[in-house]
Amino acid sequence: MDRSADLLYGPEPDPAGDAGHPDPPPRVGFFTDTTVCIGCKACEVACKEWNAIPEDGLSLTGMSYDNTGGLGASTWRHVAFIEQSRPVAAPAAGGPSPDGHEGHGHSPHGHAGQEPAGSAGTAVEAAPVAGGPPAPDGRTELRWLMSSDVCKHCTHAACLDVCPTGALFRTEFGTVVVQEDVCNGCGYCVPACPYGVIEQRPDDGRAFKCTMCYDRLGDGMEPACAKACPTDSIQFGPLDELRERAALRVEQLHDLGVPEARLYGHDPDDGVGGDGAFFLLMDEPEVYGLPPDPVVTTRDLPDMWRHAARAAVGLLGAAALAFAATATGKGPR
Amino acid sequence: MVDRAEFSSYYGRPVIKAPSWSAQDIAGYFFLGGLAGAGSVLAAGAQLTGRPGMARVLKTTSALAIAGSGALLVHDLGRPSRFANMLRVFKPTSPMSVGSWLLTGYAPLAGLAAVLNRAGRLPRVGAAATAGAAVVGPAIATYTAVLAADTAVPAWHDAYRELPAVFAASALTAASGAALLGSPYSETGPARAAALLATTTELALVRGMRKRLGPVAEPYEQGRGGRCMHAAEVLTGVGAAAAACSPFLPPPARRPTAAAAGLALLAASACTRFGVFHAGVASAEDPVYTVGPQRERLEERRRAAEAAAKNGGTSPGADPSVPPSGGDTAG
Repeated sequence: MDRSADLLYGPEPDPAGDAGHPDPPPRVGFFTDTTVCIGCKACEVACKEWNAIPEDGLSLTGMSYDNTGGLGASTWRHVAFIEQSRPVAAPAAGGPSPDGHEGHGHSPHGHAGQEPAGSAGTAVEAAPVAGGPPAPDGRTELRWLMSSDVCKHCTHAACLDVCPTGALFRTEFGTVVVQEDVCNGCGYCVPACPYGVIEQRPDDGRAFKCTMCYDRLGDGMEPACAKACPTDSIQFGPLDELRERAALRVEQLHDLGVPEARLYGHDPDDGVGGDGAFFLLMDEPEVYGLPPDPVVTTRDLPDMWRHAARAAVGLLGAAALAFAATATGKGPR
Repeated sequence: MVDRAEFSSYYGRPVIKAPSWSAQDIAGYFFLGGLAGAGSVLAAGAQLTGRPGMARVLKTTSALAIAGSGALLVHDLGRPSRFANMLRVFKPTSPMSVGSWLLTGYAPLAGLAAVLNRAGRLPRVGAAATAGAAVVGPAIATYTAVLAADTAVPAWHDAYRELPAVFAASALTAASGAALLGSPYSETGPARAAALLATTTELALVRGMRKRLGPVAEPYEQGRGGRCMHAAEVLTGVGAAAAACSPFLPPPARRPTAAAAGLALLAASACTRFGVFHAGVASAEDPVYTVGPQRERLEERRRAAEAAAKNGGTSPGADPSVPPSGGDTAG
């Protein structure tokens, strides 16, 4: 299939330019290095404060320190907490330890209602062991994964593609933003997003998501979450620069004996043409609630229209056949 | 069955967000849009072949159904007062935008055809409107399948090859049902033929779709979606059988049998649309349907890459989309 001509799929070096911005500034993005996230949620707070996002429930999930739950209309940054108990990797002299990430047997899986008690119990049981013999490098059996999730600002953004009003648009910075004065709350972007990011605010009706602080970018400032992050887990900058920096960081971690470190969303060849906000993860994406191989749904749209056209012609044909069968005067039987 | 033991997620929470659309509004619209679109086609056929009773019934149902559709669509908006923003742009990448423009073209034609028919005025304008509605009608009946499929919802997107034909068949089922319900019996021959064609096609298509979807077909077989799909199958069978039998009954029983068949076919079409709707929502709410197929895809790609490496890199551009079903191709 023709991958480049329709701009629906595949690598696209200049999304802002292709969206009609003449001479756009460099595309910017987030690189979230989850290995240095301490789960402080300063990003969540800074985001809510700066963007004046309404409160959306002060409830306890009972599953972890994560009482936010996930991204939504009124949550544009979300810190995920994952507790894992896994064998301490033997400090093999000859290189990286055996592939450990199949061993996340205690990572939460299945249905929410079934697991929380089990997960908590596991953590409690694991604690004494973990307090016992740590590995020579100080690592224990128990590990915490924390990751600040955000809108991915996809190169091929399904939300933007399917928006019927043009409320969602590509900014000159290559990010994706909803115009609140245009959105009529049709809700099409919600199931279109392969990451489950954008959502309608129930009492408002319109769809909301991260703008990458479009108002701050225009003034040459970095987004509120990156500004507030105390460990530089959230890094903001030109996307090309971030991708280089991320590749170096992964290399460094591999050299330090952390073979499970991997990048997610950095690849312009992936199903969404690469994310504007990408991540360094320590386990499979689905452990963090991220789709392992997201694909922009509009990749298949030309094919869908072809199937619909065929079906429409089939409908006409079937009707013609029905009349022809009875025109001979014999009826259907 | 999906293997849940091998699958990780974040505390079982969904990866994607299910549509917040109301089933009554959107599944209801899928049904009414199909009824209207296919009805316009049959109405034009009835008019051409001299079946004024059938033409009148179908023109009226199409006009009423499309008016109802518009009401449902506006009602489902988060900001109903901004419905006109739908016509702010024309975007071929948005099936909803395309649909809005299709409806804007179709609804006046369907309305005009019905009103002029009832009023008995301007027959040529009425005929032109009838013909126009019959041309746009099939698009109204099928674009809604693209609307559903063009999402990240596994049970909809993965079914994008079959859904338009399923929707077209279901629309014809509904329209032939309306014709059977309302037309004089002597004019229902084509409606019965259309009903048989549509129902047999639809049953076969849905079976084929479920087979191809594999584990992602589960929401079409279980839960609310499964119940609706099952009810649709039963009603389709009953309606088709009753329509087919009616000519062999004693004359006084024909009309009531045809009407009952029509009701069953209308209900069957509605059940299919609600079934597809609920199956989609269920597939979005359970992360297994999002993660499972994607993980499988990655594994296939990894195996293909490994196989390519093992073959001495003779085929560097090995097609990752080729399923590794015949594992020992090297032999």
